[in-house]
Amino acid sequence: MAIGIVENKQILVSMISSLKTVLSLLMKQALMPMIGALAFLLLWSIAAQNIDTSLGKFPGPSAVFQQFGLLYQEHVREGEKEAAFFVRQKQRNEQRLAQDPEYVVKIRSYTGKNTFPQQILTSLVTVMSGFLLAVVIAIPLGISIGLSKSLSRAINPIIQVFKPVSPLAWLPLVTMVVSALYVTPEPMFDKAFVTSLVTVTLCCIWPMVINTSIGVATIDTDLVNVSRVLQLSALTHVRKIVLPAAVPMIFTGMRLSLGIAWMVLIAAEMLAQNPGLGKFVWDEYQNGSAESLSRILASVLVIGLIGFLLDQGMLQLQRMFSWDKTSEIR
Amino acid sequence: MDSLLNISQVDMVFPTAKGDFTALKNVDLKVNKGEFVSLIGHSGCGKSTVLNIVAGLCQATTGGVILNKKEVKEPGPERAVVFQNHSLLPWLSAYGNVELAVKRVFGNTKSKAQMKEWIEYNLKLVHMDHAMDKRPGEISGGMKQRVGIARALAMQPEILLMDEPFGALDALTRAHMQDSLMEIQNELNNTVIMITHDVDEAVLLSDRIVMMTNGPAATIGEILDIQLPRPRNRVDLANDPEYNRLRGEVLKFLYEKQRKIEPIKPKNSQTAVIKKTG
Repeated sequence: MAIGIVENKQILVSMISSLKTVLSLLMKQALMPMIGALAFLLLWSIAAQNIDTSLGKFPGPSAVFQQFGLLYQEHVREGEKEAAFFVRQKQRNEQRLAQDPEYVVKIRSYTGKNTFPQQILTSLVTVMSGFLLAVVIAIPLGISIGLSKSLSRAINPIIQVFKPVSPLAWLPLVTMVVSALYVTPEPMFDKAFVTSLVTVTLCCIWPMVINTSIGVATIDTDLVNVSRVLQLSALTHVRKIVLPAAVPMIFTGMRLSLGIAWMVLIAAEMLAQNPGLGKFVWDEYQNGSAESLSRILASVLVIGLIGFLLDQGMLQLQRMFSWDKTSEIR
Repeated sequence: MDSLLNISQVDMVFPTAKGDFTALKNVDLKVNKGEFVSLIGHSGCGKSTVLNIVAGLCQATTGGVILNKKEVKEPGPERAVVFQNHSLLPWLSAYGNVELAVKRVFGNTKSKAQMKEWIEYNLKLVHMDHAMDKRPGEISGGMKQRVGIARALAMQPEILLMDEPFGALDALTRAHMQDSLMEIQNELNNTVIMITHDVDEAVLLSDRIVMMTNGPAATIGEILDIQLPRPRNRVDLANDPEYNRLRGEVLKFLYEKQRKIEPIKPKNSQTAVIKKTG
């Protein structure tokens, strides 16, 4: 019995000490971010109360968080409306068919306005498509430039000139070119989608090309010599030596590019009135109701959060693909 | 008898901004099959350049290298190189690094099972069979160099080129690696050219020591035959008069005849050295 109590005591002591370490870890990990967030919210609400705009007071945190609820309700209501529309259409078509068996049924799509979650989805799909197109072009291009000094000399000036071009400058050109070239009787994608996508690609391709080419060009000469001694074929050389060696730089480029892609997309959607979060912000600005500012702020938060999540996703991908699991990737 | 390797009349001139720089002048060397030759000389004398020319990694300005009646024009797996800093691919395991070489060399002639056996045999030869699945980042410097040697041996090269293979290792590990290399040599009797800075290493391992003069326009100064019986044991040799005589010869060459004068003003002293060596 006595031994049992001693044992229990020991277990208790060890439990308390481990609890302590967990708590201190929690303090370090969670406390400071929480203090930061609270301070930010406080400053925000104080500042908001002191800013009067033509659309009323600048929204504080509570107004914006309320707005999230309202935006969601709107989405649900719109969904119900859409469902009701299709039910009505079906009924109408059945009635027509009953009266006139020759009648050719037309199915019309719902043309209600896009809700906030739908705009988010559109933006996400567009940014990923534009980014993936950029990846498909940039990585092979970057590898070729990294491998060949003459190619690098030929292409580098062009990259340096196009890299700093703002998306807003590309947009009119892209819009016109897409309208001129993308003419198919039954377009698979919306023109606006293609315009946004191409703009995103044009703006986010450069960091990936540059980083990939640097990663490839700066491979340890000893490793290149190993490949030369083994007389590896060009393909094996790229697959076994170049790609693994350049992976960290390639991912650095991809992360930079994805961040740029997301920023560019919002701007492009605003300017070109292409569906997405950017258009949502612009519409609210034009709308100018008492709710507008809080709705814009809500989308600003969402844009930021999505940008952060995209970056984190990229980081996870980098961890997955990196051969060096010990190196700290941030 | 024809030699396996024939380096003849090799000059190496590097163009620089200040005009041509002659690194090597008139290097002539024949290496027989199964011979272990060390190249020794002060740093910067062009030992590595000689090795790189034999490897095909760089091209001699004039003269050439003939291996097995074929001229060396480019790098190839029949001239395996053990690099100074191991040069293992950090994303592949020890096994994977050897595998890359074996697949390249024997991909068409050996079956998968034979290749696996061959890779394991070579890793066992360098006593690395216990850490086959470890990546270079997870093993010590000496172990990395062992894998590097296994990779080179696994190519079954006609000649093995080693560029200061143990230069980056501490003294105890180096001694251990030298013993391992002698043990492997005993078994395989490869033809080897090894670059070294280490006089004891050169005497212990070599059949011949090729001593190079200081650059610029470095060339072969003297060649010393090492007739010590094999297998050699470093402890026994420590008091061997012949060993110590040979060691003395090399030291005399390096520190008396070819004393490296670090120039304060890099003009006069260097030309003086060249004149002295004639």
